[in-house]
Amino acid sequence: MDFRDQHVDPTVRDRARAWAERHVPPEWAARERATGTHHTPELHRLLIDEGILGAAWPAEYGGSDVDPAFSRAVFDELNRRGLATGAWGSTGMVCRTILEVGTEQQKRTYVAAALRGEVLIALGYTEPESGSDVASARTRAVPDGDGWVINGQKMFTSTVEACTHVFLLTRTNPDVPKHKGLTLFMVPTDDPGFDLRPIHTLGGQRTNATFYTDVRVDDAARVGAVDGGWAVMHVALVYERGAASRSSKELTLARELAAWAADTRRPDGSRVLDDPHVAERIARMAIDEEVARLITFSLRDKVERGELPRATSSMRKLFATTAAQRHYADAMDILGAEGLLSTGAPGSPADGRFEHGYRAEVVTTIHGGSSEMQREIIAEQHLGLPRGRPRG
Amino acid sequence: MSLQPTADQRDLRAAVAAFLTSHCGEAAVRKAEPLGVDTALWARCSGMGLPGLTVAVEQGGGGAGFVEAAIAAELMGRHLAPVPFVEVTSAVSVLAEFAAVTAAGEALRSTLAGDLVPTVCLHPVTAGTAPIVPAGAVADVVIALRDDQLVLARTAPGVRGEALVPNLGAMPLARWDLAGADTVVLASGAQAHSAFARLRGRWQALTAVALVGLGLRAIEIALEYIRQRKAFGTPIATFQTVQHRLADDATALEGGRLLAYEAAWAQTADPDRADVLGASAFLFASEAAIRTTDACLHFHGGYGFTLEYAIQLYFRRARAWSQVFGDRRTEYVRLARLLFDDDRRGAHGLS
Repeated sequence: MDFRDQHVDPTVRDRARAWAERHVPPEWAARERATGTHHTPELHRLLIDEGILGAAWPAEYGGSDVDPAFSRAVFDELNRRGLATGAWGSTGMVCRTILEVGTEQQKRTYVAAALRGEVLIALGYTEPESGSDVASARTRAVPDGDGWVINGQKMFTSTVEACTHVFLLTRTNPDVPKHKGLTLFMVPTDDPGFDLRPIHTLGGQRTNATFYTDVRVDDAARVGAVDGGWAVMHVALVYERGAASRSSKELTLARELAAWAADTRRPDGSRVLDDPHVAERIARMAIDEEVARLITFSLRDKVERGELPRATSSMRKLFATTAAQRHYADAMDILGAEGLLSTGAPGSPADGRFEHGYRAEVVTTIHGGSSEMQREIIAEQHLGLPRGRPRG
Repeated sequence: MSLQPTADQRDLRAAVAAFLTSHCGEAAVRKAEPLGVDTALWARCSGMGLPGLTVAVEQGGGGAGFVEAAIAAELMGRHLAPVPFVEVTSAVSVLAEFAAVTAAGEALRSTLAGDLVPTVCLHPVTAGTAPIVPAGAVADVVIALRDDQLVLARTAPGVRGEALVPNLGAMPLARWDLAGADTVVLASGAQAHSAFARLRGRWQALTAVALVGLGLRAIEIALEYIRQRKAFGTPIATFQTVQHRLADDATALEGGRLLAYEAAWAQTADPDRADVLGASAFLFASEAAIRTTDACLHFHGGYGFTLEYAIQLYFRRARAWSQVFGDRRTEYVRLARLLFDDDRRGAHGLS
């Protein structure tokens, strides 16, 4: 057992910080905040040209030889600066899935093109009447000559306004148990039958409802076997829960809050950080953040050895997201009344960063499978417990 | 970078697991109460070289690191082994460090020979008395930080500290009067403080990993029970509340296990972070083990409240092994200072 290289090397972090300082104008984050679209095309192009995006991807599909640790540190730094790179996030998850289950032609058509910046992919799993129960999707795909015709509706198709494709979960057989009649397709968003309606969220991000009316795709756009979609989803969901992460997934709130508390004085002149109630809570945050990083590290360790660690990916997601929500709630308490002030309000602590985080973090225990789904997976896969709810 | 154990580490785990399975079942644990020490079992541990696991080969030890000690400690926790392994391993590493001091060198050799039990006092001593010393009731010598000096305290032959038994965790606790003991100074000033920090970090890391082992075993015991116990016509293992609480506890213990092994690893491999990681692992594992054993006991219903069922043995020790260090809140504040105080920021950080 060796824990040596799992930490972000401070010199790598400094290099990433210097890189961002040189290349990233503050207007980009302001634009993402104003529009709610978590994608900046100029940044995406830059990350490709610099090889940062292609780090840790296979060379044969356009991967670069940039140090993956530096790449992760850049994505950490972008995130810190309010640049979410959300479109690349979903694109990366789908591309990792295609590398595992797709055809050689699909690896070239989608993965290589994505690494050249020609393809961006949104996730199309959730529907108006199915979220965590993802396998009950009703969007229909029916064979039509040598292709398929798709009709239906999806919800929370985030960043699709910037994407060329949707990775779409469809029902291809309604006459079998629900898990056995699913198929995934790469659906182009320039199809005349595709439409979208923006939805605005508590965290400031724009997401979308998407509509599919007689959308036609070739059979070459099918990922995995006909009616074999559930197996594909197993792979895709493990990647969504952190195994395909572009960043180190480090939580750094403790350090940021401690810096604020060290520089801030109470009306009586005492330093906020010297209040033992504050110190205890920030120490708890720091410990949780270390634990979250270690579980992520262990997940990556397993993926690199060729495992598909379902229970570990659920543990990572469950722990990291519930911890982060607790931390933002603690941060709000510690900040006191001023913690209510949003970005742009006079005197808002850290320019509203904690207040925004408190709102934005809410969704993390919902998307990618709610915490209840993660607990169910851990109970079944890790503890070997019987299914508690009716099987359907 | 790998979380995979080496072949030697796998062999060690298998050997200690087989040893404890044969010699430390539930009956042995109960028989050792209330003192919490099985001297025959400890003699066997000595025979296997466990007390000197982390001591250099040249000094007569096993030449292993604290990850190896953690593997043994995790299994000791799992079996609730009534032996002072954590205290002796922490103490012996400091005896080895100061082996040039005659008394420490002698104590080291006697410990490795199985003739002496050294232990540690977990907090600086000011009034001359170490109020609660873990393993103090069976120890021959205590290492303590007293008035800016790291001292090795011995009582007269056959005389030990005043046993503080019975107690919640069936632990061999004792009060030691250092003023009346024969003390030898091992180090002074800054050197004494840094050696004491190492001692405390090692005790915390190994206690953390033992608490994780204890917690993981408590989950197994609960799983066995809830699979066979029926209520409302169905095994209670199918109840979502029960499943979800166990999933939370299993997740916390998985994280605590990684953190505890990292803390153990850092004791030799990353000395700058050894103190911070030791404290972090101890605090996190303490709370995970206390919460887990509490839930697992309650899943047993009324049977969990009886002495007959094993789960109460785990419930009592989860709190006791942690609380012997004192109030955790004070330790959280110390950790925050280590992590974030202006003049030290970055030097000892978690990342």
